[in-house]
Amino acid sequence: MGDRTAVLAPYRAVLASRVRAQRSHRASFRLDLGSSMLVGVVELAEIAVLFLTVDRLGGLDLAAIVLVFGIADLSFSLADTVFGHCDNLPTYLKAGTLDVFYLRPQPLLAQLVTSDISLRRLARAFVGLVALVAGLVVNDVAWSLGNVALLVLAVLSGIATFSAMFVWAGGMQFFLVDGYEATNAFVYGGRYAATQPASVWGRPLVVVFGFFFPMAFTAYLPALTMLGLPGGDWLPGWLGWLAPVAAVWAWVLALAGWRIGVRHYQGGGG
Amino acid sequence: MSGGTIIETEGLGRDFRVREGMRRRTVVALDALDMRVEAGEAVGYIGANGAGKSTTIKMLCGILVPTRGRVVTCGLRPVPDRRRLAREIGVVFGQRSQLWWDLPTQESFRILAAVHGLSPEQERGRTAELVERLELGEFLTVPVRQLSLGQRMRAEVAAALLHSPRLLVLDEPTIGLDVLSKQRLREFLVAERREHGTTLLLTTHDMGDVERLCDRVLLVDRGALVYSGTLAGLSRTVGAERVMVLDLAEPVPPLEVAGTTHRGSEGGSEGRSLRQRLAFDPEATTAARVLAAVTEQLGDDNEVLDLAIEEPDVEDVVRRVYAARR
Repeated sequence: MGDRTAVLAPYRAVLASRVRAQRSHRASFRLDLGSSMLVGVVELAEIAVLFLTVDRLGGLDLAAIVLVFGIADLSFSLADTVFGHCDNLPTYLKAGTLDVFYLRPQPLLAQLVTSDISLRRLARAFVGLVALVAGLVVNDVAWSLGNVALLVLAVLSGIATFSAMFVWAGGMQFFLVDGYEATNAFVYGGRYAATQPASVWGRPLVVVFGFFFPMAFTAYLPALTMLGLPGGDWLPGWLGWLAPVAAVWAWVLALAGWRIGVRHYQGGGG
Repeated sequence: MSGGTIIETEGLGRDFRVREGMRRRTVVALDALDMRVEAGEAVGYIGANGAGKSTTIKMLCGILVPTRGRVVTCGLRPVPDRRRLAREIGVVFGQRSQLWWDLPTQESFRILAAVHGLSPEQERGRTAELVERLELGEFLTVPVRQLSLGQRMRAEVAAALLHSPRLLVLDEPTIGLDVLSKQRLREFLVAERREHGTTLLLTTHDMGDVERLCDRVLLVDRGALVYSGTLAGLSRTVGAERVMVLDLAEPVPPLEVAGTTHRGSEGGSEGRSLRQRLAFDPEATTAARVLAAVTEQLGDDNEVLDLAIEEPDVEDVVRRVYAARR
């Protein structure tokens, strides 16, 4: 046990300092929290506005969409809190500060992930949580053991899948100078796609966000399973149970991408 | 594992592929380096910009994978054993801070102690020692971003030494520092090495650093080692000159002294000046002989008030070595 605390101590020390730093600037932290929450609310409102003109979208009504949005946004915001600053990698690369990580006896990726934590993004998670609870209530989802298990599974897998996206995008930065805009298209595009019913996606989107980056598995498919709805020919309803499989796949992708990126940076071929 | 070889490279080389428009070109940053640094040595690693110094250091630390050759640092292979090597080496990159810029300096030390897994006693003892020796006490509670360059550099050195590494690598540690800060840092490094026997490898453009700190210099040119030995020996091989700066009581026309070359004058007017610079070859004559000749020339009405000897700077020596090789 003493061993485990010793292993985690370096990460805890850095994270604790980040938390203290953010809390020491109270006014700006509150402002950050506020703006972060506002963005979440606006995105939720966007969906509501869409439903002023249509009754159903991709086979889902507004209530179902709110549930999808809730699961996706809660998972994404939590992943963003912990992994979001992988976006900063290009800055580290340009300033050469990544080299400093090499001088410390921890794995590079673990150091990068624990180099910061964005508490303000928890405000977004709160919006997601509210939407999720609202979604559960308005859809009258039964509190069966199966549904509770599915919900927990979906949120945990969703966090893992979105986190993997951040790591994958980080790995790509080693190749793409100033490439975070390109990878953001996948990360934030993926987040957006995850809050929408996958049945309205075009074919290219299905390939990219249905399977390659398994965004459909983070919210849409578990929601379908929970609501007992059919998901179209190519996405049967029970697929929601496979969310953890999708998360594992996303991490395989992420770690491979990261590894290739680091190899490229160090110049060991690859 | 106290003695032995700390750094050993054999035919170490590194290429970079750069893209120029559509074409790719291979640039050789380091060709084939053979070098050896024994435990407890202090070695100056010098060479022009682009000679491959930083590339070498990155390969010694495990940041870059060598394109060819072999490198062993502290008995470890830098890239596969990077995490173990991190406990054995401390590195200060002149331009990249390893401190947390928005935190008080002491907070960075606390985090780094956790990073290196120091026990509370080790942390307390070592921090106290470094704080005292590097005179960090006055700004321990000041956020790093508010430190002066001299203060920050001392804090960086302390950060690199916190885990008592066997090898300390300094990349341009005194660049931009004022005279006093330079001196403090050098004095500290000398004391630290005396106390702990830390091996030192430093790259610098400052001759003073090499003179005060290093037993030996390694000179790289076009990615290969061209000299290994004492600094004096290096200056001798290229016939680098020393410059005597004379401050006179009365302005005189440019002095003409046998065995010296006039290198400009300042102060005064109408072709007469107070401060004059004479370059001489230390192999051919001595400072005392030059001074005697000057005093004789000045006669009884004038005298030398003050004098200083300027040593050849690293750039100059390096330039001469390079010129001789081409």
